[in-house]
Amino acid sequence: MIHQDSKVLLEIRGLRATVNGIEILKGIDLTVRSGEVHAIMGTNGSGKSTLAKVLAGHNAYQVTGGSITFEGHNLFDLEPEERARAGLFLAFQYPIEIPGVSNSHFLRLAYNTVQAQHGKDELDPLEFEDFVREKMKLLDMNPDFLDRGVNEGFSGGEKKRNEILQMALLEPRLAILDETDSGLDIDALRIVTNGVNKLATKDNAIVLVTHYQRMLNYIVPDFVHVMQAGRIIKTGGKELALDLETRGYDWVGAEHRAAVEAEAEA
Amino acid sequence: MSAVLQNLVNQPYKHGFVTEIESDIAPKGLNEDIIRLISTKKNEPAWLLDFRLKAYEQWLKMEEPKWPNVKYPKIDFQAISYYSAPKPKKKLNSMDEVDPELLRTFEKLGVPMHERAALAGVAVDVIFDSVSVATTYKQKLAEVGIIFCSISEAVQMYPELVKQYLGTVVPVGDNYYAALNSAVFTDGTFCFIPKGVKCPMDLSTYFRINTEESGQFERTLIIGEEGSSVSYLEGCTAPKFDTNQLHAAVVELVALDNADIKYSTVQNWYAGDENGLGGIYNFVTKRGLAKGVNSRISWTQVETGSAITWKYPSCILQGENSVGEFYSVAVTNHYQQADTGTKMIHIGKNTRSTIVSKGISAGHSNNSYRGLVRIAPTAAGARNYSQCDSMLIGDKCGAHTFPYIQVRNQQAKVEHEASTSKIGEDQLFYFAQRGIGNEEAVSMIINGFCKDVFQQLPMEFAVEATKLLEFKLEGSVG
Repeated sequence: MIHQDSKVLLEIRGLRATVNGIEILKGIDLTVRSGEVHAIMGTNGSGKSTLAKVLAGHNAYQVTGGSITFEGHNLFDLEPEERARAGLFLAFQYPIEIPGVSNSHFLRLAYNTVQAQHGKDELDPLEFEDFVREKMKLLDMNPDFLDRGVNEGFSGGEKKRNEILQMALLEPRLAILDETDSGLDIDALRIVTNGVNKLATKDNAIVLVTHYQRMLNYIVPDFVHVMQAGRIIKTGGKELALDLETRGYDWVGAEHRAAVEAEAEA
Repeated sequence: MSAVLQNLVNQPYKHGFVTEIESDIAPKGLNEDIIRLISTKKNEPAWLLDFRLKAYEQWLKMEEPKWPNVKYPKIDFQAISYYSAPKPKKKLNSMDEVDPELLRTFEKLGVPMHERAALAGVAVDVIFDSVSVATTYKQKLAEVGIIFCSISEAVQMYPELVKQYLGTVVPVGDNYYAALNSAVFTDGTFCFIPKGVKCPMDLSTYFRINTEESGQFERTLIIGEEGSSVSYLEGCTAPKFDTNQLHAAVVELVALDNADIKYSTVQNWYAGDENGLGGIYNFVTKRGLAKGVNSRISWTQVETGSAITWKYPSCILQGENSVGEFYSVAVTNHYQQADTGTKMIHIGKNTRSTIVSKGISAGHSNNSYRGLVRIAPTAAGARNYSQCDSMLIGDKCGAHTFPYIQVRNQQAKVEHEASTSKIGEDQLFYFAQRGIGNEEAVSMIINGFCKDVFQQLPMEFAVEATKLLEFKLEGSVG
């Protein structure tokens, strides 16, 4: 929700990035304030997931231009783990399996790392167990899932719930959800989005990266951005997502081209 | 491999110092005279000299095994000294008489030679080059009838016991290195757990090679009489030299009816430098005979050191319902080579065996699992479960699995599972995105991977093994 005393959390200016020498992001501008929900939509290969990974600091992507500030800090000065500790969270499109490492151990270590960063108390395994079980209720998760290996043999839906559980534990300032809706059936989608909504406050912000409008029925965005070929070519309100759902992406591209041509003529 | 992973896996060896101590070293080379010299120095009975000479005779006719998946220049057995002992070698009456230089060496290595020291509840036999220098808690163990001493001492004090069992599990001509060991072994540990006695503490031997041109050929013999049980631990280190040292040990275990022997090793011999120069050649024969009904032999090993490891701790499951177990973590880095695994020979009815092998390869190293499961025609109802998992760190290393399965009984059940995984950038990135740094991430991934094996180790050893792996595979992130 947009509110009066909101602060700028994330400011992206002219961001360009390459992977294996191929330019994927070709000048992105985006401002996210606290309390806001942004949806980034677009076809496959438009650069949505690349943007998410560049924000989190994945080293397969080289930033070749532009700037990103996160809560006033130059994001490029921070290592991926420092970005996470500073409150930038990415829910992975394809969460990684880590066999043999128990989920509860992993979650507790992540939680305590972030707690330590904020000078808060760390939890011992017993305290953490109580704490995490409470959070798991939010996502309707079975407690026996704590004893399993991290994402090991999880179904697609379980992996996505595990991502949102981590978001619930780490309470990030900015959460980027990369195609969190993909692979979820309608019940799971409802549970997961309901969990996300409960985590949204006026002090944090959420960026949803998605292909489809359906998640936006549950998490209502303040802004919808359409990406194409590494740029944001259109920004609108929540109704833009509905337009895209009925009309597809082509018209946005056509409109954008026309605008660019008109500008060139003028 | 990224710079991050590169830094994580490159760690210096911290046990690489040499102790300045005067040693009594036999002239280099191997011949009958040297064997007689060793036997005389140790004041051995005639039967043992015969045992040695018989082994030597067989060794001369044998050839080095060529089948392991390892490469090394031919060893010059005449360039090795077969006996090296710190001087003076007088009979020690108490720990206070041990050379302070030796005490300092083992203190530096974290091995308590004083009974009052750290690892209370673990009795230690300490072997320096060719001889045992100290054994702790001997008196306390003797009270319950347990014999725990160096094998040299056992030969003097309990010659009948040694004669009865020595070479019964690993015959003198078993293989090239076992024959060599049988000819020239200098010391080692002897444990005898009498009928019905549960050993009240873990027994442990710490091996240290110190001399550059000597080999270490130790011989360990553990006997568990009916209904007894014991947990035995073994640790090893060596200084850094540019040359290679040969370590060819033989370990024999005998478990009678209802006896239970658990043998754990944390092997950290010097592995050579990052270019593959120097390091120990660890060519070891370890075998347990589960002779009695319901007996159990369990091997747990964490192999992190040595330039080359060639080692297959095995179980001969002769007694009905006997159980054999093999839990192994083998870590190789730089140019290390490991060809290790086990043999489970099922002879008795309803014998059961479990094999869990975890290989971790980094750098340019090569890590092979080689295992044999043989079900004899007599072994009706035998069962085996094998699981071999390999993990690769980087893209210049190799992992290989060579399982051999021979089943000659229709009523046996044999299962084999194998997997290969890789610590990738994506796993590390996932941890990082949750605020967890690379060092901690690698440590967690490795520990998770090895969990099934570490759980088998006695507590203190499990902690040490975890630290050792972290030390070997992570650390100085730049």
